[in-house]
Formats: sequence, C-alpha cells, structure tokens
Amino acid sequence: MDKETENCRNVNENPCNMCMPMGAILPFKGLERSMVIIHGSQGCSTYMRRHIAEHFNEPIDVASSSLNEKGIIYGGEANLKKGLDNLIKLYNPGLIGVLTTCLSETIGEDVERVTLEYLNERGQLGDLALVTVSTPGYGGTHTDGYSRAVQRIIARLAKNTKKHSRINVIVPNLSPADIREIKRIMHLFKIEFTLCPDFSDTLDRPFERPYKKIPEGGTRLTDIAKMSGASATIQMGITVDDSISPGRYLASEFGVPLYNLPVPMGLENTDLFINVLKKLTGDTVPESLEQERGRLLDCMIDSHKYNFQGRSVIFGEPENVYAIVKTCLENGIYPVVVATGSKSGKMTSLLKNELNDYRGEIQFLDEADFSQIREESIRMDANIAIGHSDGRFLTEREGIPLVRHGFPIHDRVGGQRLLSVGYVGTTMFLDRITNTLLENKYKSYRKSMYQKFYKSAENSGSVAAGLR
Amino acid sequence: MIAMKATILPDAAIEGREDFIRTKGKQKSRLKCDADSIAGCVSQRACVYCGARVVLNPVTDAIHLVHGPIGCASYTWDIRGSLSSGSELYRFSFSTDLKEEDVIFGGEKKLARAIDELVLKYNPKLVFVYATCIVGVIGDDLEAVCKAAVRKHGIEVIPVQSSGFAGNKAAGYRAACDALLRLIGPVNRKETKKSKCINFLGDFNLAGEVWIISNYLRQMGIDVNVAFTGDSSCETLKTAARASLNIVQCAGSMIYLAEKMEEIYNIPYINVSFLGLEDAAESLRKIAGFFGDLKIIRKTELLIEKELIAFGGEVQSYREKLQGKKAAIYVGGGFKAISLVKQFREIGIDVVMIGTQTGRQEEYETINELVDEGTVILDDANPAELEKFMVEKGAHLLVGGVKERPLAYKLGIAFIDHNHDRKHPLSGFVGAVNFAREVYSTVCSPVWKYTTETWDLGR
Repeated sequence: MDKETENCRNVNENPCNMCMPMGAILPFKGLERSMVIIHGSQGCSTYMRRHIAEHFNEPIDVASSSLNEKGIIYGGEANLKKGLDNLIKLYNPGLIGVLTTCLSETIGEDVERVTLEYLNERGQLGDLALVTVSTPGYGGTHTDGYSRAVQRIIARLAKNTKKHSRINVIVPNLSPADIREIKRIMHLFKIEFTLCPDFSDTLDRPFERPYKKIPEGGTRLTDIAKMSGASATIQMGITVDDSISPGRYLASEFGVPLYNLPVPMGLENTDLFINVLKKLTGDTVPESLEQERGRLLDCMIDSHKYNFQGRSVIFGEPENVYAIVKTCLENGIYPVVVATGSKSGKMTSLLKNELNDYRGEIQFLDEADFSQIREESIRMDANIAIGHSDGRFLTEREGIPLVRHGFPIHDRVGGQRLLSVGYVGTTMFLDRITNTLLENKYKSYRKSMYQKFYKSAENSGSVAAGLR
Repeated sequence: MIAMKATILPDAAIEGREDFIRTKGKQKSRLKCDADSIAGCVSQRACVYCGARVVLNPVTDAIHLVHGPIGCASYTWDIRGSLSSGSELYRFSFSTDLKEEDVIFGGEKKLARAIDELVLKYNPKLVFVYATCIVGVIGDDLEAVCKAAVRKHGIEVIPVQSSGFAGNKAAGYRAACDALLRLIGPVNRKETKKSKCINFLGDFNLAGEVWIISNYLRQMGIDVNVAFTGDSSCETLKTAARASLNIVQCAGSMIYLAEKMEEIYNIPYINVSFLGLEDAAESLRKIAGFFGDLKIIRKTELLIEKELIAFGGEVQSYREKLQGKKAAIYVGGGFKAISLVKQFREIGIDVVMIGTQTGRQEEYETINELVDEGTVILDDANPAELEKFMVEKGAHLLVGGVKERPLAYKLGIAFIDHNHDRKHPLSGFVGAVNFAREVYSTVCSPVWKYTTETWDLGR
C-alpha cells in the first residue's frame, strides 16, 4: 500500500473503535435514576445494549425512537415524543439522555427543540431532566461520545450556586472496580466529593431482591447541580479535547480550578493524583496509602527482570492507552506499538514529550484498525498485547497473548471487576502482565532451547524435521 | 424460588402493546405480529442490517463490506459461532467507515475505492456490500457501484439492501435472500432432478451443526449440496439449483428463499427441525419419505435407532431431574420457539411464557396449538414484559440471547444461551443431549441455593 492510500484509507478492516452514541450511553448509566433513548432506527440501541451487556454482565435497558421510513420522510418528532412517553411510563426516570444517531442527524432532527417542546406540552413531569447529546456515528468514536455526554450532562444540570468545599472528580471510561478504588482513596483523605459519572454501582450491581429496573446508585443529580460551586475539579482526562472537556467547561463557565490529570495508573500517575489530593486537603498522605505505594514498588522490583522481556502492543481509548504506556515504561515493558481507533488528539504528542530519553522505536497508530495493529505487531516483534477483547485475533492468528483491559471485554468474564488504578490496582495490573509473560515463556522455553542449542548443533544448522 | 419477592411488578401497560400479548385460552382474537416496534418500549429487536448480516455472514470466502459509519461493522465483527471448513475471510469485518464529509458529498467513490482495495489485498470471488441507514438516506447507488466493480474485477459484487430503518429484522432476512438469489446460477434441471442431493436452508453451522446433520444425511444416502449459509462458499452457493429438494430449518429467515427457488427452479421444499430427539428423528424420516426410496428409509431407521440408543438414555436421565420445572422462551424466530416447546417437553419441562422477535402469524398459530392453557405468548417483547411474565408465571429458566441473560440472572432465574454466539451444538441427537445437559447445569446449579436464602439465616 502506498503512502497516499495509507493516509486516506477507504476501508476499515476489523475496527478498533465504536461509534459515538455507544460511548454516550455509559455516562448516563452512571447517573441516579437515569435512562437513555436513542433517536434512530431500532438496531442502534439493540446493538449497543448487547455490546454493553456482554461486557458488564448487567441488564442494559436503552430505549429507541424506532425510526422507520415514515419517520425518515415526515420527520421523527412524533416517534421521539411517543418514545419518551413510553419510556417514562415504563421506568419513571429522573433524567433521560436523548442521543442522536447517524440517521436522525442526517435527516436534520433538532432534538433540543423537540425535547423542550415535549416538556412544555406534557407539563406535569416534575423535575424530569432531558439531556440531549449530538452523537452522529460518523462524527467521532465512542470516546468522543463519552466526553460529549459528560460535558452536556454537567452543562445541563450545573446551576449557579454558592461556593463550597466539595471536589469534583470526572472519570473517563474506567471499570466499576476502578471507580470504586478512586472513591476509596478519596475517602482515605476524608474528602467530600462528587464523582461523575459514577457507574461503579449501577453497572456492577450486587445480586439483590427485589430486582429494580433502574439500579440504585449513580451520581446524584442534586450533586451535579452543585459541581459549579466546587473548590476544584480533578479530571482524569489529559487527552480529551478542550472543546468537549467537562472539566474545562466547569473552569470557563464557573471558574472551578481544574486539575487535569492522567488516569492514576502506574506509580508516577498515581503520585500525581495523590499529590493533588495532598495539596487540596493540606494533609499528609494516609499511612495505609504509603504502604500501598511501598507494596507497589516492591512488586515492581520483584518483577522487573521478567517485565524487561515484554515488547508490548497497546491499544484502546486514548486516555487508557496513555496510562498503560506510562505504566509499561516505568516497568521496562517496552511499548513497541501504541494504537488507538480514535483520533489520538493529544495522546501521541503527550507521550512523545515523555519519551525524550527513550531510545527504543515506538510505532504510533492513529485512527487505527486491527489489520494495521496486527501488521505492526508482527513487524515490531511484539510479545504481549494489552487492550480490549477485540484484540483477540492477535492471539488467535499471531500467538501474541492478550492481557484484557478496558472496554469491551466480551470473551472473558469480569471486565467490570478489573482493578487497575491507584497503587493497589497498578500492582494487580502489573501482576497480570508479568504472569502472562511468564506463562508464555514457560510454555515453550524447554522446547525452544532444545531446538536452538541441542538439535541444531546436532544437525549442524539444519532443523530436525521430526520435531517441528 | 420465591417468585413474588423477586420483583416489584410494574403497572405500566404501554398503549398498543396489548395486541402483541396473549394468554392461551383467555383471549379469542389473534396475536398481532410482524409490525413495527413501538418507540420507547425497549424492544429486544435489532434492525434490517442485522437480519441481513446474520444470514449472510457464514458465507466463508466472501468479503463482508459494510457501507456506512463504523458502528455497524464494529458491533457485528466475528460475533457469531459459525464454523468454516475452508476460508476464514468471513470472520473479518470491513467498513467504509463513512465520515461527516462522506455523508455530505456522498460515499459512492469511497465505496468503489474500498472494493478496489479489498480485491487487490484479498483476491476474493465474492463481495457482499451491506447498505446501512445512512446509505438509504444520502442516496448512494449501491447497485451502480457494485455493477461497475463487477465489470472492473470480474468477480461477484452483490449489494445487500439492508438500510436499518427500512422495516425490521425480518426485512433483513429477505434482503439477504435476495442477495443469495443473485448468486445462484441456472443448471440443467432435468439431469439434477433425479439426484439424491439436497440444499439445507436455514442452518448457520454454529458449532458445526451443518456438519452434524450432513453426516446423518450421508449415512442415509443423501448428499447435502450446499447449506444456506453455514460453511458455504461462493462456488457452492452458485450450484444451489442442482438440488432436488430444499429442506428449510430456520423458516423465518429462509422460507422466502425456498419459495423463490421453487418458483424459479422448481425445487420443492419441506420444513424440518433438528432440535430435540423427536424433531430430529421426525425430520430425517420426512426427508427419507420425500425420496420414497426403501433403501434410504431403511438406512434412516437404522440411523435413528443407533442415535437414540447412544443419546436417548442420557436425555431420559436428565428428564428425571428436571421434571416439573417451568421454562420461559424468548428467541429470535418462530422455528426455534416451536422446536423448543417440544424439546422442553422431552425433558419434562412445561413452557409458561413464549415469545419471539420476528415470528410469523402461522408460527404463532402453531405455538398456540402446542402450549398449555394459561401460557403467555408475546411478540416483540421488552425487558419489563419479560420480567413481569417470568415472575408471574414462576419460570425457573429463560431461553434467550445475550441481552436477556443478565435480566434472568438478576431475577435469580436459570438461563440457556440459544443464540448465534454459542460454542456447542444444540442440533441433532448429540445436540439434544447438550441441550438437556445445559438445562440441568443451570436449573440445578448449587448457586440458586444461596440466592433464596438470606445471610443472617445461615445455612
């Protein structure tokens, strides 16, 4: 393939990303008593529900305005309003996210106008909030959809309010276990905070009776309303474009100081997070956290020689990829291919700044698909892959083991329980990496040493046919 | 299980939905089906594109190129358990990945270049080009682009008219069948009519199911010409008109193709089902009966006897453990639902709720005849309805797909994965045992002991 076609690709072969409305569903699942309706054809909501349900192993109810030909010709307004009626009747939510799709955007649906009109027409809907997000599938990836939705939620709900001492925490698409860990650390510092979006309970629900259609938990809407008066925002989103950054929005609209941090994964990134907490509270680091840090260091030392053998291919959402690459670099697990299906935005330049002293070659892939990731992984001789389960062909076809991380994980259980942030999470993440490297080595080293030094010497260079 | 405590029942009947729900013996009027989903109901259905992709995806050596934004290709990449004895190309998902500028200026040129690129890289014999919602709206002429590509590359490039909004999943089945019809070439029917060679419509070779049934038929002296579409290829599909009989399993997706092939090529068809001991045996007999050849009939009886000896006992042993349990069914099509009622009966289980996404009127009539009084029958259900009726009826297990699974588990109900993703065969005599074993593994799991007790009562 020549350079020209490479830069302007006509085919995406085995996608490494999903579409905007998919990403926008997730934050709404992290709000108290919240539901989502997708303004488009029936398939969009069903595919996304299936994709999310299989990762979290949770019921994922998302409504659709079920647009059909009539709606395309005469406009989908009636469908959307009827959809809202039915959704309210079935679920009685406190907030509904209204997401657009390729279809509704292309036929020019003005969902903002329709939803305002709807609230006026229906009148007695109490405090019900409708939050529209423009998420055409062709306009960006699920990562963009996620940030856009969080920004829109805050923009819609945050009100001018008195200054207070709570701290805002805005998280990217992490696992529920990761969100719980961030909350635990905040509690250790005895900080009052509003974490948004918080799907740590809603997308990882305990088994309980009676079953509730909308699970308990999620960020309280009244808390979001007050995010504008917080003393600071900690946003884990250094790769997020300013135009869709929720933290930037709170800073520019309400003057809330923004600490824009990477996902606290790896020693340095977690230190950054802890230092901000130290600064904001004026407190010293709780002793238990000091110990956790010490244990992580101990783990890093114990594993450093094993880790040194890793040549990693890392892919996924930019924010997560950045954190993984940093963690790998700290531990001598050389990243050889760094890829994201999204426009990497700031990720690549931020990483390149970090890499001034780094001598190894790293292949960065922007808006990548898995055919490119596969080719580069072979060329760069990668021996471990880190990313979501769509990377499974790297194992199936190329024998590169995959440490599953991020979203989605469809071919294993427990994606929602994977803990990777903070000192404790990083330790667990590193163990997963190191043990995968060890397992792969033990699988073949007897045979390969025998082949290399015994058999080939015996045959003076020619490979013994019987052992292949 | 304490059913009443499992949920807070909603009192939220959606206007218009009552026509799609019937309790056998209670209402006289017919169940409504094959209609558009009602907005906001959280239907479990997918779209036209989904229907087309499910049916065509098992064609092993085809390039499956989705003309649209990335999502549609992303959500359908290698999510089916269809197996191949040859090419693995079908396990890739290709997309033209339309962006905003393509939507504004049209995607035809990009599509043409995409086909060129793929032909160069993979040298395929066949390319299916799927239309998505956006293509239907911006008006790209798939037909023209595909025609030009055929001229340029001398291979089959077939448009699949599957714009998501243009009907429901069943419309996608028809779009897929139309695409397949374009592949089938004419043959000398006089020669082939006498052959003992059949096409197997509506099996997707999940976990090797086409292979299992083909082995049975071979033992009976009958060859499978090609299956639609499990483990099929461009070459084998082209020869479909050679067959003297079409057997149709998944009727929802394939009856249209069978009717068309009867009309165009004069190939008769019969409906079969290989799910469950009873249906499998009956279907084999039906096929043997069609040929009326005594040798075939004798071989068929021998085969059935042998298989029943091998597997019948084990199914019976599960029946003893499962007798009296109650099942709920919510699956894609009518054929599967009907077969499941009979299959549950084989292992002593009654069906208390049954529904499909895209069942047809005649299938619902069959279901109505099969089930007991009081069984709830529903079309295009949503989670709220599934929850309500499963709890009301005291179901012990649900059969369904990925989306339904977590709902069942959260309600403390056992679950059977009867979807395209499964990794073990449920077809044929061996499949009947797998099914019984799976039912046993979930209904009789020790885990349910803990969901009905509270911790402070202890054990």
